[in-house]
Amino acid sequence: MEKRYRFLDHTADAKFQAFGRTLEEAFSNAALATASLMWDVEAMSKKVKRRVRVEGRDLEQLLLHFLEEIIYAFETQSFLLASVEEVKIEAGPGGGFSLEAVFVGDNEPSKHKFHGEVKAVTYNEMKIEQNDSITIQVVVDM
Amino acid sequence: MEIRQINEFVWEIPKHGDMRVPALLYASAKLLESIKRDLTLQQARNVACLPGIERMSYVMPDAHQGYGFPIGGVAAFDIDKGIISPGGVGYDINCGVRLLRTDYTEKDIAARRKELLTEIFKEVPAGVGKGGITKLSHSVLKEILTKGAEWAVESGYGTREDLLMTEENGRMKDADSSYISERALERGIPQLGTLGAGNHFLEIQKVSHIYDQAVAEVFGIEAEGQVLVMIHCGSRGLGHQVASDYIEKMENAFGIKGLPDRELINAPIRSPLGQQYYKSMCAAVNYAFANRQMIAHWVRDVFARVMGSPRGMRQVYDVCHNVAKIEKHAIDGQAREVCIHRKGATRSFGPGRPEIPETYRAYGQPVIIPGSMGTASYILVGTKEAEDLSFSSTAHGAGRLMSRHEALRRFRGEQIRDELEKKGIELRSTSWKGVAEEASAAYKDVDEVVRVSHEVGIGRLVARVVPVGVMKG
Repeated sequence: MEKRYRFLDHTADAKFQAFGRTLEEAFSNAALATASLMWDVEAMSKKVKRRVRVEGRDLEQLLLHFLEEIIYAFETQSFLLASVEEVKIEAGPGGGFSLEAVFVGDNEPSKHKFHGEVKAVTYNEMKIEQNDSITIQVVVDM
Repeated sequence: MEIRQINEFVWEIPKHGDMRVPALLYASAKLLESIKRDLTLQQARNVACLPGIERMSYVMPDAHQGYGFPIGGVAAFDIDKGIISPGGVGYDINCGVRLLRTDYTEKDIAARRKELLTEIFKEVPAGVGKGGITKLSHSVLKEILTKGAEWAVESGYGTREDLLMTEENGRMKDADSSYISERALERGIPQLGTLGAGNHFLEIQKVSHIYDQAVAEVFGIEAEGQVLVMIHCGSRGLGHQVASDYIEKMENAFGIKGLPDRELINAPIRSPLGQQYYKSMCAAVNYAFANRQMIAHWVRDVFARVMGSPRGMRQVYDVCHNVAKIEKHAIDGQAREVCIHRKGATRSFGPGRPEIPETYRAYGQPVIIPGSMGTASYILVGTKEAEDLSFSSTAHGAGRLMSRHEALRRFRGEQIRDELEKKGIELRSTSWKGVAEEASAAYKDVDEVVRVSHEVGIGRLVARVVPVGVMKG
């Protein structure tokens, strides 16, 4: 299987690149990269589903909002992302974008080990490159 | 980019392009080398371009790359023509440090050291996803956002005396929780009274060296071997959300065109949005003060239980490391109010400032600089000269040198624990991976950072402390 994401060096925080043939796939992989900084994504059960809907004035803001949903769902509802399904990104009439997706995962943090805390998703060095395939770059505050 | 050396520890990026003022860096040649490796100086240059900036865009010796502003960046803005920026404060609003003194010596606690740390680890919630012990209602949370550490003291956590020994007396009076989003409140509810993870820690320390006996004694630090407790944490998810919310609101209001860095987004201080951010930030600052107040109270409880008494456990001081404040400073010979951003920097008021507790006023404010895990931390004192040199600011820590990613490749948490144990330092953590990421070798040399602060005169050395017990999130 092709690599879904990889981590790069950043002095204080975590920087990663996520890949995909489509924007949807790259966004999903960026979500998994973000979650993987906090818990072992593979080890999570897939018993809870959460519908996610976010908007953004541009793709960067859409991505930021999308990834922030992971932190929000975790901190307020103890939701641990395992996979992302049914992602759909659409351009809005006013120039913005919207995204719908289903987060699938676990809700029993006491059963799992954690290895980091993502405080916030940032715009720092954020890139969304669309060529034959998509490469997304994100720095998150740890 | 041209960097001009002014003297051994002072470097200037002269005004060029859109810069309104020069940027000024306090560092040794060795620290400058590591600072040059990331985008720190470019970011300091960007800050120098912002409207209403006064004198210089300052960079502290522990600086590294941040978002918008560098970590270790200090900038003051004219109150009428200037701006306020969430990126100039950072995501962890009022990440800060509290220091408690005790009457105990290293020998007194030697036999109980493990037990003390184990009990503190049980008592103080820490680590990722670890909720606080109290289930807060919305109305109580709003009271906390308004009253800060005062709320905690009124609720039985600690004493009135603690408030006097806290920046702003533990409460920023301009706080207005009505500007805080529902999402931020939701994130704040489960996390009050928690240490968090990342670089946050709680240490039992001993004094290893006193540089200035007279000032140290005023701060309650009397002798080598004396036991202290240091608490390092912030406003948790609530503060992070406030930062994210206002970066977005400002983007929506002003657009992002022409910004070299999206987190440089800002609003005029006097504008409604600027005021809303400022008042929300003050509320998040209060949350962090309450947080540290509660944790300090639990630590005292543990000492009381394990040692028989919280003997002399007075608070030395509590400082903010990420904050924007309205302060009076002399600019071109005139005392003027400015909005000063300290992002990864500590206020270092010298003698006479009315903001300092009366007991310390003749000497200067205690400045608390935590080192990296298992290394020394320092207590400094603010200076009069710092007003002219850095708008009364100095460093805030060691500052990262190596990425978390690289630290993970190089170190193992368990191995670090064993090495610390050989040095007589106990370690408790919820995550070995977290321990590896925070390995002291991943940080700049804190000894070098405080040496620069002392030599430049922006914060003078008072005492050096080393850990005997470390608790990581």
